[in-house]
Amino acid sequence: MSAHTYKKFENSTSGDLPDKMTIYQDCMNTFNESPVNSKRCRLLISRLLRLLAQGETFPQNEATALFFSISKLFQHQNDPLRQAVYLAIKELSGISEDVLMATSSIMKDVQNGSDLIKPDAIRSLTYVLDESTAFSAERLLKSAVVSRHPSISSAALCTSYHLLPISEVTIRRFTNETQEAVLDLKQFPNQHGNSEYYPNSTYISQYHALGLLYQLKKTDKMALLKLVRHFSENNSMKNQLAKVELVKIVNDLIYRDPQLFSQFRPLLSDWLSNKFESVQLETAKLITSFATRNSRLVAPELYAAAISALQSLLTVPRVSSRFAALRILNRISMVSPEKIVVCNPELESLINDSNRNISTYAITTLLKTGTSKNISSLISTITNFIHDVSDDFKIIIIDAVRTLSLNFPQEWKSILNFLIDVLKNSEGGFKFKNSIVEALIDIVSFVPQSKELALENLCDFIEDCEFNEILVRILHLLGKEGPSAPNPSLYVRHIYNRVVLENSIIRSAAVVALSKFALTKNDPTLYESIISLLKRIANDKDDEVRDRATIALEFIDSARNKDDVIAQNLIESKYFYDIPSLESKLSSYISSNTDSFATAFDVNQVRKFTEDEMKAINLKRKQEQIFNQKSETTLDTTPEAESVPEKRADANSFAGPNLDDHQEDLLATKYADELLSIEQIKPFGQLVNSSRAISLTEPEAEFVVRGVKHLFKDNVVLQFNITNTLTDIALDNVSVVCTPEISDEAELEELFTLQVDRLLPSEEAACYVAFKKLDEIVMEGFLNNLTFTTKEINPDTNEPFDGDEGFQDEYEIDSIFLNAGDYVKSSFTGNFSATFDELPCEEVAVFNIQEDLSIQEVVDKIILNSSCLPVESTQFAPSDSNSHTLKLFGKSALTGSKVALQIKMIKSSKGLALKVHGKGEDSLLCSDLVNGLMQ
Amino acid sequence: GLFASKLFSNLFGNKEMRILMVGLDGAGKTTVLYKLKLGEVITTIPTIGFNVETVQYKNISFTVWDVGGQDRIRSLWRHYYRNTEGVIFVVDSNDRSRIGEAREVMQRMLNEDELRNAAWLVFANKQDLPEAMSAAEITEKLGLHSIRNRPWFIQATCATSGEGLYEGLEWLSNSLKNST
Repeated sequence: MSAHTYKKFENSTSGDLPDKMTIYQDCMNTFNESPVNSKRCRLLISRLLRLLAQGETFPQNEATALFFSISKLFQHQNDPLRQAVYLAIKELSGISEDVLMATSSIMKDVQNGSDLIKPDAIRSLTYVLDESTAFSAERLLKSAVVSRHPSISSAALCTSYHLLPISEVTIRRFTNETQEAVLDLKQFPNQHGNSEYYPNSTYISQYHALGLLYQLKKTDKMALLKLVRHFSENNSMKNQLAKVELVKIVNDLIYRDPQLFSQFRPLLSDWLSNKFESVQLETAKLITSFATRNSRLVAPELYAAAISALQSLLTVPRVSSRFAALRILNRISMVSPEKIVVCNPELESLINDSNRNISTYAITTLLKTGTSKNISSLISTITNFIHDVSDDFKIIIIDAVRTLSLNFPQEWKSILNFLIDVLKNSEGGFKFKNSIVEALIDIVSFVPQSKELALENLCDFIEDCEFNEILVRILHLLGKEGPSAPNPSLYVRHIYNRVVLENSIIRSAAVVALSKFALTKNDPTLYESIISLLKRIANDKDDEVRDRATIALEFIDSARNKDDVIAQNLIESKYFYDIPSLESKLSSYISSNTDSFATAFDVNQVRKFTEDEMKAINLKRKQEQIFNQKSETTLDTTPEAESVPEKRADANSFAGPNLDDHQEDLLATKYADELLSIEQIKPFGQLVNSSRAISLTEPEAEFVVRGVKHLFKDNVVLQFNITNTLTDIALDNVSVVCTPEISDEAELEELFTLQVDRLLPSEEAACYVAFKKLDEIVMEGFLNNLTFTTKEINPDTNEPFDGDEGFQDEYEIDSIFLNAGDYVKSSFTGNFSATFDELPCEEVAVFNIQEDLSIQEVVDKIILNSSCLPVESTQFAPSDSNSHTLKLFGKSALTGSKVALQIKMIKSSKGLALKVHGKGEDSLLCSDLVNGLMQ
Repeated sequence: GLFASKLFSNLFGNKEMRILMVGLDGAGKTTVLYKLKLGEVITTIPTIGFNVETVQYKNISFTVWDVGGQDRIRSLWRHYYRNTEGVIFVVDSNDRSRIGEAREVMQRMLNEDELRNAAWLVFANKQDLPEAMSAAEITEKLGLHSIRNRPWFIQATCATSGEGLYEGLEWLSNSLKNST
């Protein structure tokens, strides 16, 4: 026996897995023996299960052979062996074929077996029954559901639950029995005999019955309401999970119809003080997540009660409850951190919790509740703490810090120092380091003051960094930001070190970064050095590095000596292409291939952004990511996302700007493409700006219309996308008649209307109305009327009947407003107050809003109307305060002139007062924007 | 171990026999099984899979595997061939339309290598029905006479009354004695 096998033998009882093939052979031999040796069979099954539990698996033919061998053990009546057989059937049913072969034998056990194996038999039915055989188990399951024995009843309820998707008809037949089972408090037999074998019943069958009942009735709102009312009376629910399930059903109901919330209020506040921690938790979760969606329906007292329930759960001995409470608080902290500030003392003491999950969550939650006052102390607390936790938690913490840096740009110094400290002094893998670098990149791009310090430290870091990807990112950043820093030569040294010391991937990236320094204005002497460095690199042994150096030299030469603009742009890119639109343009270019690519790809078709615009887009995206995260996390608490009523994303509703960005971009690109390919539109020139699509009808209307405003230098085009939702009517000659609201002084001259000739059922098509602008900025409201001829469809041909003249008809749709915001693109500024002060023109206006709107709703509306970028995180209005200042920044889409708005809001019992202070380079745009803000 | 235990039980005059009972669906296999086991007629549903029971007759304990006859289960019979000492093939004597199908199924089984030593018993079941074919007629339609090199026997039965069932077991027990 070799040393290796000897060792294996020795360990066979102490953790090593038994050999798979040996087990297989033993099973096959022993299970086919007659008579059955039950003890040995049980032992073998347990070994087999251990293998499977460790993740070993068998090929299908072997699994099938095992399954059939095991099925032969049904000949032996022995309860312990039978239990083992059921476990094996459960595990093998996923990999073996023809598991239905065990059906009859299992059913026999369900009928005649002992109480010990009956529940197991019932549960294993789930794995062997299919659509065609499920009905044969109906009678058995029904009688098991009403069994007095809690385990049997539970097993039958669980099996029914799992069979529901397989054979709904069968399971529906015992809805009544299920309903009775919810209230039936089943006890184990021999309860009075003081038997050791039977513990006190936990009434778990209540939970199983309620779960099944919910599945059976979930489509029927009234039935669910009745169910909740019925089961919440008289403390009839004894089981903890059943109570939690009841809370979840309430959650489902109010998710579908928020107005129901008020009727559940007494129930919910009662549940908040339930004796079970889990019920308190679930109720608090329900209230707080509902409040993020429907804040006005939740009374502040109830919300406060939920928070205080969570607060007291933070100090209970049970770890899971502490964790769960913390997790809910963490979610709240993403939306409205000010609401959980009361919990800060408890949160702070949890930082030292012995459970790392809890301490990490505590710290990230605290970070979100951070205000400009306590950030630095929070940061110093984490600094002591972060080196002891695992990478995963470190990443969570870094992400939280990163969010902080976006929300509190003025606190950049302590955040930056913290990040640099962990970057340099902390052990960690690629993901962790990458998240730090990402956070640093964010700070550098959105907090310009931090640039020098951050870049300097990143330079130090790359001297000793083991990850290619991170090095490349940092080199790129240095190339982008370095040339405009006060002392560019510093970075050149660090970059060139990489060329000397690193592999070809990094060398290539370093070459590109170096070339960007050649034209820097901050240190003209660098030119010579860069050229000589690049010349040296042009002899590198790697092709790619050589090529890049040669190209860079060529570019620098033509840019400097021949004033070549293209080359200059290639070195210092001033514009960034819109990636989604570039991608779709390129793929359509490749797929069309009309002339074997003789015509070059026209990159001018792709939208371009300046650096500030790009930053504005990125910042918006990052902040929306945070926002979406929290809306996702609040959504996933609802049982099933039933068809969520689609929000109307128009200017009148206050849905925040949270539509899927990528989709939105693609749609915008598609619309622009369609528009620009129209012959009559071509003379208008370049498309300057397009609005989001606005719904002009109810989503359930017969004709669903969405409008898009397109702006050209001297023209405006309104696009109406019409969907015909009728099933048997075609629309002919569809067009939209736009009447300016104030017709006598219209500054727009209608040029032409492009109609849709025929719109068949469920088709969508666009018609256009084009105007000429008489002034640079024209604001106007349009009353819109859809006109068309209806024709009945011949179902055979799917075309209108011949000779049907149809009926002329019209349909009024919502108005569309062309406002100042349509002339503005959002843009980024690192220092709002300085920019604001510098701008020459000024305009002030005061508004008073009588409607009952919250500050947040008004903020959302203003952001949407003005198309500006909210800066310094002023887009989040604190919900505990009656005043707020919103800061917005943007640029004219036509001329690029800057405009900045500072809006102070005060809410009182009389309504909401707004003072808008606008400044800009263009007085007309500034005043139009300020005065038209609330239209 | 198998040999020793068999020897042991033989000393005390107690023998075991492993029987596989097959046939087309609806032939009455499950009714036969439980009539033998319990002595009463139970209500049956089509067998999805198999039933297995031990039936004591004289000094022999028969382990009878009653495997469902539905089309999709027939291909799975083979999993239960191993160690089978006797096959009971049950035929619905009243079903003239499917006797050809029964013959085909049975002939295929006769060629199975794992069953080459098994004694072959055919139950011509449902003899109580007026239109039932006789045992002789079924012998001919199944082609039983062509069976060589193994013992076979056909028994007219009526599972609901129990007629003929024990005669069949008697034949099986004799063939077991002869083979050992």
